[in-house]
Formats: sequence, C-alpha cells, structure tokens
Amino acid sequence: MRRLPIYLLLTLAALFFLLPLYIMLVTSFKTMPEIYNQGILALPRQFDLYAWRHAWSGATIGASNQGIHPFFINSFELVIPAVIISTAIGAINGYILTHWRFRGANIIFYLLLLGTVFPFQIILLPMAWVQGKLHIAGTLIPGLVMVHIIYGLAFTTLFFRNYYVGIPHDLVRAARVDGAGFFRIFWRVMLPLSTPIIMVTAIWQFTMIWNNFLFGVVFTNSDQQPVTVAINDLVDTVTSVHMWNVDMAAALIAAIPTLVVYLLAGKYFVRGLTGGAVKG
Amino acid sequence: MGKLILQDIHKSYGKDEVLHGINIETGENQFLVLIGPSGCGKTTLLNIIAGLEQESGGDILLNDRRLNGLSPKDRDIAMVFQSYALYPSMTVRNNILFALENRKVPKAEREQILMDVARMLQIEHLLDRRPRQLSGGQQQRVAIGRAIARRPTLFLFDEPLSNLDAKLRVEMRSEIKRLHQQLQTSMVYVTHDQIEAMTMGDLIAVMNEGIIQQLGSPESIYNDPANRFVAGFMGSPSMNFLPVVPREETSGLCLRVAGAEGDGNLLPIPPKMQGALRSQLGRRITLGIRPEQITDPGSAREGEALHSIELDVELLEPTGPDTLVFTRLDGHSLVARVHPSTYLQIGSRCTLSFHMERAVFFDPENGSRLA
Repeated sequence: MRRLPIYLLLTLAALFFLLPLYIMLVTSFKTMPEIYNQGILALPRQFDLYAWRHAWSGATIGASNQGIHPFFINSFELVIPAVIISTAIGAINGYILTHWRFRGANIIFYLLLLGTVFPFQIILLPMAWVQGKLHIAGTLIPGLVMVHIIYGLAFTTLFFRNYYVGIPHDLVRAARVDGAGFFRIFWRVMLPLSTPIIMVTAIWQFTMIWNNFLFGVVFTNSDQQPVTVAINDLVDTVTSVHMWNVDMAAALIAAIPTLVVYLLAGKYFVRGLTGGAVKG
Repeated sequence: MGKLILQDIHKSYGKDEVLHGINIETGENQFLVLIGPSGCGKTTLLNIIAGLEQESGGDILLNDRRLNGLSPKDRDIAMVFQSYALYPSMTVRNNILFALENRKVPKAEREQILMDVARMLQIEHLLDRRPRQLSGGQQQRVAIGRAIARRPTLFLFDEPLSNLDAKLRVEMRSEIKRLHQQLQTSMVYVTHDQIEAMTMGDLIAVMNEGIIQQLGSPESIYNDPANRFVAGFMGSPSMNFLPVVPREETSGLCLRVAGAEGDGNLLPIPPKMQGALRSQLGRRITLGIRPEQITDPGSAREGEALHSIELDVELLEPTGPDTLVFTRLDGHSLVARVHPSTYLQIGSRCTLSFHMERAVFFDPENGSRLA
C-alpha cells in the first residue's frame, strides 16, 4: 500500500507524456467535419484512413502533390549511409585513441569532445561555404549526408572511445605479438567485442539524423528534403482549410522508423550504456 | 635454439630514466628469470625485448640477429601475458590458430600444429569453448598453447602464474619447466616471486631501480648474494641482518652485536673471512645470516664448526617441514629454522647453532658485500 503514491505519480506522468500522442492518433483517424464538431479528446466514430492515405501519397508539399512518401524515402537515403559511415569512423577513432595512442592523443580527444557541445547553428555558415566550394550545395547525397557524418563524429568517437578504454590493452599487445596489424586487430579482435556499443551508436545516430530538421531545411533543395522538412512544408501549405488529420497522420508516419528501431534494438541501448566492456 | 644478448639497454620516459644500462647474455636455450620488486623495470625490459616498447638506447640480439626497430611480429617471439589476454570472441581453437593464420601457415599444417599443441597441453576437449567458459588454469594453458603453436625462437612470460591459486601455481610451475626442457627454446620469465625464480631459472637477473643487482645461477644468487638488496630479496623468510662490530679477542677475530649491553655474545669469524674483515675492525658492519643457518645444534656437517648460543623463544611458527623460531640476540630480532621434532616452548630457552661459515657481510652504508 505504501507504493500507491508512487504508482499514482507514475501513471500521471505517463498520461502527461502520452496525451499528445493520443490526440495525434485519434485526430489522424477522424474526418474534418468530425474534428470541427467533436471534442479534441473524443474517439473517432469510425476509423477513417483517408488522412493516412492522403498524407502518404496525395498531399501537396511545395511543388509536388505526391504526399510525404518521396521525402520519407529521402530520409532513408540520408540516414542509412550517414549512420553507417559515422559509426564506422567513430569506431576507428575510438580504437586509435585508446589502443594506438600517439603524442597529443588527449588534446585531439578533448577537441573532439568540444564538438558534442556545439549547437547546430554554429556550423551552418562555415558548412554552407565548404559545400559551395565542393559543389555539393543543396544535395541530399552527398551534401546532407556529409553534414551529418561530420557533425556526428564527435558523438560516435566519444561512445567508442569510452567503450574501448575498458577493453584490456593486453589483447592488442597479444595480437601484435601474434603478428596481426592495425586493421586486422580491429577487425578480428575489437569489432567482435563491440556489438553493444555499435547498437548504441547506431540508435543514437539514427534518431539524431532522422529527427533533424535544421540541417535538412538549410542544406537541401526542395525535392531533396528529408521527411521532417516535408512535414513542415505540408503544414505550411494551407489551401482552403487546414487538414489537421493529414498533418497528424504525416507526423506519425515520420515517427514510425525511430520507434521501430528503438523497439528492435532498445535492449542493446540499455545494455550498452550500463554494461562494462568484456573481461579479458 | 636461441641465445639472447642485451647490451646496455636504456629506457627513459621523458626525463625519468627507468632502465640504466641493462647487460645480459644468456647461454643457448637458457631459462632467464627477471625478478625484482614492482617498479624495478623488469616488465619494461620484457616489453622492450618483445618490441611492444621502444628502448631509448642499447642493442637486443637474438641468435646474433639485431632486433632493434623490428615490430613484434618480425622478432620470432611469443609472449604469455599475466592477464592471459585470450581473445574473448574466439574459441580456444581460433585463439591458437590466429597467429598461424596471420603468418599464412598452410591450412593442413595449421591443423597439425593445433592438434600437437592441444595434446601436449591436454586441452583437446576445450577447443570449441570460449575463454570465459574456462577456469583460470585452463585459460593459462590455452595462453601457453597459443605461444607454443608459433614455435618461436624465444618465449616471453610476463608473471604468468600470479593470477592462479597457490596449488595450481605450483603445478603450472613444473609444467612450464617441463615444457622448457621439451621444447629446447630460450625463455625469459618475469616474476616477483622468488620461489618461481629459484625453481625455474637457469639464470636469474635480480633487478632493482632499473639496475641489475646480480646476474647468476640460482645457487650463486642465493648463497653468494652480491649485495644486501639481493640477500634480502631472495629467500623466505628473509635473511637476518644484524649490526655487528668486528674486534680482536684472544681467541682471534670475533663479532660483537652492536649496542649490546655488558659483555654480550661473541660470534667467531670463520678463518676464510678474517682477512677481508680485518680492515673493518671497530667499525659497524652488517651480518647477514639465513634462518636455516641458525638451527639445531645437531645439524652440523662433518668438519663444520658451529657456534651455539642459548636464546629465548619468543614465537614459534610451525610450517610443517620445519619450524621457525623467533628470538632475540642482544636486543635484535632473529628468525631461526629448526627441525619440527625439536621440542620448544614459547618463553623457554633454547640452544641455537650459528653456521658462521655461510654468513655474509655487507657495508651498512651502500649495501655492498664485504665478505
């Protein structure tokens, strides 16, 4: 009985966080007249899938009227290479910073750490200048992919470094005596031990890149935009009436991938953040 | 086949010099033990031989081949680590095969070597397990197996037994020694355990503060220590050290314990040492005598002159094969080692005989050997 207040408080907190999601869900299944005539919390009379269909393939966004699905695909084309490349480079960086230490390794690491506290806005202008010089301004691939890889490196390097610090150095020394070189040790000894931290980093990067709006809106042209920017355009493109149900459905579609990733790999996330490295 | 020569090895970290010119030359296929307290530089020296650390100066020669600057994999060495350092993600089989694959040994030959090694170390039934499924002793065997599979010219061991329990340690000790005889290869073995050093080594290098204090056979290190550090470091319980003053008596040159009240006890100086100690007359010097050289009166070998003194028993420690007697000579504590059948009681008196022939003498200032 003494736990009752705790459960009460937790239930309230859960309701507080779930309420917007609930409103989005019910609204997305309502028709426009229903939205106008009913309370915001009321359940839909019948589950109407029009808004979902329209958001996916019919809504007008900028100059196109194909719904958000081209942009949804854009987001995948962005997130897959950006996550893989930034995670891979982060792993190599972490491996070097812990097991192939060189003069000034600590300074490099602290400079990289600084990268995790930079706000997005700081890099907008210099990055735009660099992209102009490289003639990749406005592109999704490689332009926006590059932005996310570079911005993500500080985080991925930090994750891998902190994980590899816990892997005994004797393993690397033993492998060197056994005749393995830099990449072979990484591939055969370090990577097989890295599953938890690869999952953590991949989830983190996937969520950050998928949900990012600012870089997408600044660095891509209209047909190359990721889904987050498309939703904003959808909401902004008001014709005669504001289609609340379509907006909600589009936003929910855009949220599905991160949810799926978290459900599939979430256990690794918790394990990777709490568990130490493997014992030698 | 292997002969290791270290010439004037120096190592500094910044301004800190940790090895001050190490010179060692082993015979063919010798078992060299590097021993010393922690921080003496023995592990650094091993890492330099392995190529895992860079020497600041000096030469390393293995079978007249200069190893300086070569990467570990080109030195024809294998190493066993204190932590075993087995690759956690690989099975025992792959742990052993890894080095062979790296060296592009043909597959059929690899399998043959694997089976030979597994049989030699009796780990055939463990080949498909992962390191975490093995006990400490089994992990140790696999680590040794991984090193043997390479058939190196030189084996390096970095305190390989210090993580094992006492019983297993004794077993593995004799096993490594047997392997050394079987494989006919040079080994360098780092330890801080003086029993391991004494039992395993053909050649022992006692190190302290980056300097070799003495290099020699186990017998010479134990019976003929070069200085007070070596005398005190090797042997358990440690050698007794007493401040004494040589003086001329009617019976010849004798020792008086420094600071003794009244007449005190006189210890005779054996004739062979009288010459060396005559120059120290009246000066305070250090007498070193091992516990087993202060023992039952009945234990003298033929022709050996013993000097017996009656002393108080303060404490007894029966170890089984013999009993340690803690006593006091003119105010300075002493440990003696007697036969367990000797009847003794705490608080009573007992007669102990000093084998002065085996005693050693040191300069109290710099610890160097006087006689």
